[in-house]
Amino acid sequence: MWETFGFEFVNFYLIPGLVLGCIYALGAIGITLTFSILRFANFAHGEVMMIGGYFTWTAMVLSNDLFGIPLHPIIAAIPAVMLAIALFILVDRYFYKPFRSAPAIRVVMASFGMMLVIRSFVQAVWGPNQLTFVPGIAKPNELVKNLTASVDMMILVPNKHFWIIAGTIVIMLALSWLLTKTKIGKGMRAVSDSPELAKVSGIDVEVIVKATWCVGGFCAVAAGVFLAMDLQMLETTMGFRMLLPMFAAAILGGIGRPFGAVVGGLVIGLAEELSVYPWLGDGSLISPGYKTGVAFTIMVIMLVVRPSGLFKGRLF
Amino acid sequence: MSKLTALEITNLHAGYGETEILKGINISVEPSQTVAIIGPNGAGKSTVIKSVLGLLNVISGSISMNGVDIVGIAPDKAVRQGISYVPQTHNVFPNLSVTENLEMGAWTRKYGIAERIDEMFDLFPDLKTKRNKIAGSLSGGQRQMVAMAKALMVEAKIMLLDEPTAGLSPKFQAQIFKTVKKINENGIPILLVEQNAKQALEIADKGYVLVDGANKVEGTGQDLINDRNVARMFLGSKD
Amino acid sequence: MDMLIGYSLYAISLLTVGGIYAILALGLNIQWGYAGLFNVGIAGFAAIGAYTFALMTTAPSSYHFGGLDLPLPLAIFCAMILSGLVAFFIGLICIRLRSDYLAISTIGIAEIIKLFLKNETELTNGPRGINKIPRVWEHLTEERFYTKSPMSWFNDAQGWEQFFDSLPIWWWQPFFCATILLIVYVIYKLLETAQRSPWGRMMTAIRENENAAHAAGKDVTRRRIEAFVIGAMVMGLAGAVLSQHLRLIDPTNTFDPSKMTFLVWVMLIAGGSGNNRGAIFGAFLVWTIWSASEIFINSGLHIFGEMISSMDISLLKTRAGYLRMVVIGLLLQYILQKYPDGIMPESRPVPSGIKL
Ligand SMILES: Nc1ncnc2c1ncn2[C@@H]1O[C@H](COP(=O)(O)OP(=O)(O)O)[C@@H](O)[C@H]1O
Ligand SMILES: [Mg+2]
Repeated sequence: MWETFGFEFVNFYLIPGLVLGCIYALGAIGITLTFSILRFANFAHGEVMMIGGYFTWTAMVLSNDLFGIPLHPIIAAIPAVMLAIALFILVDRYFYKPFRSAPAIRVVMASFGMMLVIRSFVQAVWGPNQLTFVPGIAKPNELVKNLTASVDMMILVPNKHFWIIAGTIVIMLALSWLLTKTKIGKGMRAVSDSPELAKVSGIDVEVIVKATWCVGGFCAVAAGVFLAMDLQMLETTMGFRMLLPMFAAAILGGIGRPFGAVVGGLVIGLAEELSVYPWLGDGSLISPGYKTGVAFTIMVIMLVVRPSGLFKGRLF
Repeated sequence: MSKLTALEITNLHAGYGETEILKGINISVEPSQTVAIIGPNGAGKSTVIKSVLGLLNVISGSISMNGVDIVGIAPDKAVRQGISYVPQTHNVFPNLSVTENLEMGAWTRKYGIAERIDEMFDLFPDLKTKRNKIAGSLSGGQRQMVAMAKALMVEAKIMLLDEPTAGLSPKFQAQIFKTVKKINENGIPILLVEQNAKQALEIADKGYVLVDGANKVEGTGQDLINDRNVARMFLGSKD
Repeated sequence: MDMLIGYSLYAISLLTVGGIYAILALGLNIQWGYAGLFNVGIAGFAAIGAYTFALMTTAPSSYHFGGLDLPLPLAIFCAMILSGLVAFFIGLICIRLRSDYLAISTIGIAEIIKLFLKNETELTNGPRGINKIPRVWEHLTEERFYTKSPMSWFNDAQGWEQFFDSLPIWWWQPFFCATILLIVYVIYKLLETAQRSPWGRMMTAIRENENAAHAAGKDVTRRRIEAFVIGAMVMGLAGAVLSQHLRLIDPTNTFDPSKMTFLVWVMLIAGGSGNNRGAIFGAFLVWTIWSASEIFINSGLHIFGEMISSMDISLLKTRAGYLRMVVIGLLLQYILQKYPDGIMPESRPVPSGIKL
């Protein structure tokens, strides 16, 4: 049973789907928070994810070349997170804030412009070609492999996937603590519920906005670095490719529901990978070339059936 | 200190964008008074309160609180100044628990938050058992109590209530009026906008009738109740 | 003389491409300027138009579907219809929702169109794209056209061949350009008429106060879908013309979802959304700046390269190209903030914003 069905399904479809889902989930958290707190769909979110990956790569290269210290991507991501948050806050200050009281579509347009500005900037600085993030072939974790093989259910997971899944869980727990236990986190939820009431409750909405960029920037860089770890390379278009699945995840979970976004991300990641599993007979269910269309399809269905998402998010 | 008027609105002209809704409003709330504003729908009652909060465009006139001019103040600054405001609708955070709603009301408060929350649960005993419930899941009356408790979490120098009993059952209405009276007795001046004119005027020291963005009649609560015109217009046709 | 011709041909090519962008900007103006619909899938709708036209008019090929030999105007018409159908589908789903959702969906549909064009290799030759798309006027010099009616009525194959040989090779360029400018003019006239019609006034009413329009019993959703579909049809038309201009199209580079879409947006916003003349002017202006800056940067780099002989300019050239995008992007931000109404603002008064 395991040999004929489970082995392939779990190792080549389920686990990669989960990993991809984690990455989408982290990205979608930022999207859903910005959408509900600042009230606009931020098209530049994927690009910040991408540039976070490039910052991390640069930190790794610099540390290695200058000091001869090879850094793990997760360590190198720390300065990258700070830079990305600074970028988010600067972009907000100079390009989004002027539109706070204008119709929302103005700032969507500004974010669409920033999407191109950031990407073109990366292409100009780091070049348009792929960069190797982590060289070599990722070997499956020996311990897990042997342990599971001993019960005849061999699971092949490279260490990078452990990092990604564990990292996502840690970030999730931290986020949950932030949103339910801290003043600023509760304030974020309050502004997301009703910005007007928040204002007349004395909540300084600009502080909340900054906090939102911090959380969104942190999760975005985590997602970018995890994606780069998974693919082992960087590409300037990777942020844009993530954008649609992340929007889909945010809408699926319900706008303003960070944990809905996580569920949405996992569902979309799994759906993308499982959509090419040979469910019916030999061939994959849908042609692998159309895999990236799965997110869009789910999103469109959601917008038709239940635009407020699975967890009853906001609808604007 | 005691001579200063808690809230003084003089010759206020204000509106949304270019449209002028208030055409010269005069209202004053003395310390420890409860003042009621009544008037037909669309008279501009909510607009008066929103002007105090700095939520809209004041064209001319003055608004001062304890002698300090507050025209054009930003809403969050107004709250910091001690204005406790309960909007007419959307006055709780529906996805936050009752306690969290109160904590959000206390955003500008530096200390004594836990104690103040306990005081609020004493003032609104119904909320005590619901403290961990999501505000959106409560009944209309309970939500109104959350809204009032949340607004009272600030160091209130004055409380502005916009139709707190609208849409509530008579039982809850009575309870809200009783609580308003109690809050006032605790030393907080109150400006109360109401549709339930009779009950409001009964607890009010002073009342204003607003029609079409202008003062129409004013007097003590009891005077207004006895005023034939007011009675015919707002207090039901019994009289 | 040769130099004069050279300059004229450059001017003609600026007008040609500028004209194609002007059509796109006019299409966007119907959606955004008239109805306030935020479409960031312009490249997708243009791609539908381009591929429809290409597949219906190219000679038989072993690489892709084709050989229909349809008359060019009919193919353009089909391009518009197909583009409009896709817009209708998207409109049905998201026009009820706030504009952000429409924006996300249009960027999504542009991606799906790209996926389709890349994957359906039988039909579209996949990523390698379609070559030898007939270009109106120039297409007359192709054997398959001059050997058939109506051209064959006037001359035989040899006669036509001799006739075309006697013309300068660029003879068709002014004609092609003029055709595009004529299309721009016709669309402009139609749109101006539409804008002044009851339909156009209703669109404005809806855009400026949706609630009031709802209250007045107007079918807001339907009107907006109409605007969205008509705009997409114009974009499809632009795509069809663009495929003629390029003669070779492929799903990724030709219809770079962000670059083309983005340029059109810059054009409309700079020119003045809501104003058709502004849209046209913005298109020509931005296109001229765009292509002039390329020449400027490249010649600058050449001088640079002469000075430092060890420098590889081709690398710098691509980088400079990206820097140009950064500058154009920042320019859009500047215009959005400082001149939100563009160079030629819409003449109608817009009610001021309302707090809370
Ligand atoms: N946000 C707003 N924008 C424009 N006009 C408004 C707005 N809110 C209320 N109005 C108008 O202001 C007038 C007074 O409204 P309001 O103060 O809410 O009346 P009341 O509270 O006395 O029922 C009404 O004519 C109403 O249509
Ligand atoms: Mg009111």
